[in-house]
Amino acid sequence: MLEVFIFATLNGLVTGLLLFMLASGLTLIFSMMGVLNFAHASFYMLGAYVAYSISLYFGFWTGLIVAPLIVGLLGALIERYGLRRVHQSGHVAELVFTFGLAFLIEEAVQFFWGRDTKNYQTPDLLDFPLFTLFGQEFSAYRGFMMTISIGIFIALYYVLTKSRVGIIIQAAITHPQTVANLGHNVPLIFMGVFGVGTALAGLAGVIAGPVLTTFPGMATVLGSIVFVIVVIGGLGSLAGAFIASLMIGLLQSYAIASDVGMPDLLNLLGISFARDHPLNDLWTINLPQIAPVLPFLLLVLVLIFRPTGLLGKREE
Amino acid sequence: MAMLKKSAIWIAFAVTLVGMPQIFDSILAISILNQMAIAIVFALSYNMLLGQGGMLSFGHAVYFGLGGFLSVHALILIEFETMVFSILWIPLIGGLFGLLAGLFIGSFSTRKAGTVFAMISLGIGELIAASSLIFSSFFGGEAGISGDRTFGPTFFGVDFTQNIDIYYVATFWVFLATLFMYLFTQTPAGRMANAVRDNPERAEFIGYSARKVRFISFCASGLFAGVAGGLFALNYEFITEENLNAATSGRVLLMAYIGGLGYFIGPIIGAVILTLMNSLLSNYSELWMLYLGIMFLLTVMFLPRGFAGFIMMHQVAWVRGTLTLLIKPYIITGVPAILFSLTAILLIEMSHTEDEIFHFLGMALNTSSSVTWVVALILSGGTFFATRKSLGQLNEAWESANAISKDEQT
Amino acid sequence: MRNFQALIVISQPIRKLLTTLSLVCTLSLGSLSIAQEPVRIAFMDPLSGTFASIGNTGLKILQFSADYYYNSRGGILGGRMIEIVPLDNKQSPNETQLQFRRAVSDDIQIIFQGNSSAVANTLNQTISRHNRRNPGQEVLQINYSAVDPILTEDNCSFWHFRFDAHANMKLNILTDYIAADPDIKSMYIIGQDYSFGQVVSDTSIELLKQKRPDIEIVGNEFHPIGQVKDFTPYVTKIVSSGADAVITGNFGADMVSLARSIIDSGLDIPIYTFYAAYDGITATLGEGGKNRIRLIHNGVANPLPSEERKQFNRDFKAENPNFDVTQPRILNALQMVVTAIEQTQSTDPYDIAVALEDMRFTTIGGEEIWMRGDDHQIFQSLSISVHTDEDIEFDADNSGWGLRTEYQVPKEDTIVESSCQMRPPRR
Repeated sequence: MLEVFIFATLNGLVTGLLLFMLASGLTLIFSMMGVLNFAHASFYMLGAYVAYSISLYFGFWTGLIVAPLIVGLLGALIERYGLRRVHQSGHVAELVFTFGLAFLIEEAVQFFWGRDTKNYQTPDLLDFPLFTLFGQEFSAYRGFMMTISIGIFIALYYVLTKSRVGIIIQAAITHPQTVANLGHNVPLIFMGVFGVGTALAGLAGVIAGPVLTTFPGMATVLGSIVFVIVVIGGLGSLAGAFIASLMIGLLQSYAIASDVGMPDLLNLLGISFARDHPLNDLWTINLPQIAPVLPFLLLVLVLIFRPTGLLGKREE
Repeated sequence: MAMLKKSAIWIAFAVTLVGMPQIFDSILAISILNQMAIAIVFALSYNMLLGQGGMLSFGHAVYFGLGGFLSVHALILIEFETMVFSILWIPLIGGLFGLLAGLFIGSFSTRKAGTVFAMISLGIGELIAASSLIFSSFFGGEAGISGDRTFGPTFFGVDFTQNIDIYYVATFWVFLATLFMYLFTQTPAGRMANAVRDNPERAEFIGYSARKVRFISFCASGLFAGVAGGLFALNYEFITEENLNAATSGRVLLMAYIGGLGYFIGPIIGAVILTLMNSLLSNYSELWMLYLGIMFLLTVMFLPRGFAGFIMMHQVAWVRGTLTLLIKPYIITGVPAILFSLTAILLIEMSHTEDEIFHFLGMALNTSSSVTWVVALILSGGTFFATRKSLGQLNEAWESANAISKDEQT
Repeated sequence: MRNFQALIVISQPIRKLLTTLSLVCTLSLGSLSIAQEPVRIAFMDPLSGTFASIGNTGLKILQFSADYYYNSRGGILGGRMIEIVPLDNKQSPNETQLQFRRAVSDDIQIIFQGNSSAVANTLNQTISRHNRRNPGQEVLQINYSAVDPILTEDNCSFWHFRFDAHANMKLNILTDYIAADPDIKSMYIIGQDYSFGQVVSDTSIELLKQKRPDIEIVGNEFHPIGQVKDFTPYVTKIVSSGADAVITGNFGADMVSLARSIIDSGLDIPIYTFYAAYDGITATLGEGGKNRIRLIHNGVANPLPSEERKQFNRDFKAENPNFDVTQPRILNALQMVVTAIEQTQSTDPYDIAVALEDMRFTTIGGEEIWMRGDDHQIFQSLSISVHTDEDIEFDADNSGWGLRTEYQVPKEDTIVESSCQMRPPRR
């Protein structure tokens, strides 16, 4: 059982850190512009596809650097020429815009790259097992994913709290008017943050593409989970997003690894039901089966009992 | 006078509903009309939340789907003669269940509006969609459940075997639901919903609990979404998980938004447009979803108040009789704009097709020849430029058409 | 208004409409009247959305087969062309109903459909209901791929014919194969949480218990369909269970992700699958899946059994370089339907259905296949093939990798009982 626990923890961390790369950009965009960017996971998918195309000609490492830049640039352009225009019509319009954008990006990806699964492979350099534990290999690539994510967290944290740009951004989140009055170009900051946020999503896509499969549905799979993280962590809180990401990653991983379910609980309580009981589905439910919905359950509970999220200060 | 005018509108609505199958009578047309009827009720119920109550929901399909599931179960009960009543009343069952679900979920989700409400609705939507796959004895798994609408007692000899029969049943319910939803906007509860949407604090000051007002709108909205779900069950005689998942919730948001949130008629327009596009466009091009996405983004960017808002923009000019001033400018901008869209579509289709000869508007184009490409590119560039150029005169004409009326007003 | 109605009624792609219009312009009306009305066959499968690649490949195969064998040789019934009408059901039961009504509206009476058993079940019910309520306008369902046994068992219908072996037939052969391998002592079953996944799980457990009671089922896992981001946590369970082999009914991205997670974890055990090939899957698995991934399928993979079959593949590839002949059973189905049409000289679904019952037909691969009249289930040889790059004459995804058949069972040995109680309509 110990090996399952250790590997479940490792898997949970990998997923959690990956989710954090998406959530970090989203939470910044969310808290600054008030936009629930529904297309955020689509930029993640775009990152994977662009990197795949680049890797065909220039190899994985070029893709790792160039693809996020392209995605970030695209994000910035969309902010400048699309979102900013819609901004005047209010938050609902912005949200509906990103909603449509997600739809459009998915279609565009299928238009340019086709609908089949892409053969996007991990680089040969990292194609070896980092260590073997209880007969299961932990690939070097997964270690690389973790390293990159942690690096991003540290870099972001440093930039946001220590650097001048970071302080302006922090200020623009809470007091956009004052920041504008101080002579800063707030729209430019917004565009920059949107660009960086989407670039981070793109980077997550680049490193996730080879292991989590590059296919047109990869955005939908992550889609709403990222919102869940941002809301649970608390709006605008990078640390909150970090904790929530790890929490969700581990929660899902442990739930899958566990083998307990209602039958065990009922046995413990000494209750038993016939198989033809009308609620049979409920009595036979087990934890791995419901693992993917646990984040949403958590979301609803958090929102009911603590609407600001774990580390959020501001209430909408 | 106003009363008379209003009744005239409602009578016209009823006549249109009943008259449609006389004009469009193919099997396919009836099927599309049925879809529209369902979509209209569903979109209107969504507008009660977002348009009138200011509550952005990402899980409205839950009430539609639950109403639908219960309706199909009712059909099954009728089939096995556990219950005996005319299937005409099925939408009412759907509505009641939608209301029940609304009562329960609304009791905790309407405490706050804004992001908190939106995210709770998202979470609940995902939870129920996922559990519908787990609890397969009620929801039937991914294949859903199905019933048969022809087993109940006949209604004046009608046995409901044909879709046209269902259309008239739907018409009855669409009219009734629309009327009640309209009347709801006129009640104090409906008016207060607007007030709470615009400024919850002030509404609290004059003695209304914002939460209670939201709760009432929420439940009413669940009721009508359930009615729409019941209509769905009657029309298709089956229902699956996809009717309560996020995709359906997203679609109803699009319908209401494209149609125009601020207007009662908006969602009706949106429902009609989206249903038509969904069922017709897919036959003309494999890439129809791409076009739908582009069109949707353009609508959000350039018609922020939806199609209803676009029509209403002309109200002033209409009243002042200056609408004719706009006809020529619209044509001057419209022609290159349409040409640009066509050439853009041509370019997209040409780069997608694998055939060497591509047929477009009666022309056979050679996709391997660079001449075709250059000509198409020049054409699209030229028409795009012309469209942009012509926007200036349209703006001017718009200004003058509305400026005159402003002078007259003062 | 009238024009608008015409717009609604027309259901072919606009290009086709416009081609016809331009034909009208160029040809005299006299020459047109000689041409006979085509026999229209609908192909209803996902042509847009996530599952579109499978649907589009199927459409290409059906279209190519119709042109290759009939339209280029003067058509059928003495000069009528076969027109394939694509109907996009987006793999959704709702859309299936809409597209069905479109087909009826266009007087189409034969529908090919294959993807998703849920959709096939919906279509089956819809067609039964429609045919009962609208005598004289019946529609025939040609199911070339949906393998839920129920379609030819409890829910069998006179109007439904299946041209693929159903899941239980496939599992019967697969478990024979597994039972013959003494190295396998324990088995892990993982699948998508829906009807097909459950059938695979239940049936394999039952059959393994009969054939090799010593094989221990060390895991029986369901995961939500299309929602799992990363299969590594599941693979961890497989590793720690110590299983010697895995059976999965996963398809699409769930199949690729699962296989890759298993490969990444360094777990070197055989994986028995139904759908782990083509549409990008073969190329993505590549080296990692070599000699590890096996598929149970009907017909034969490399080496192909006859020269005619090989030539068909080559000509198909020449015309559609980015597609593979993934489902030769589409051709079998079309040929059998056409045979029935020619035999009865009728395109009436009832006549076709009666002629199809108990038809024995020799495929271009040289094998005689049999459509059982009692439940409308096809019987043909079943194969187990391995994912490899050795001796692959016809690869998949242009990747050099493909399937090589290792084990083949003649159709006589695949026959299973059916609980079907067919109720033919009165005529």
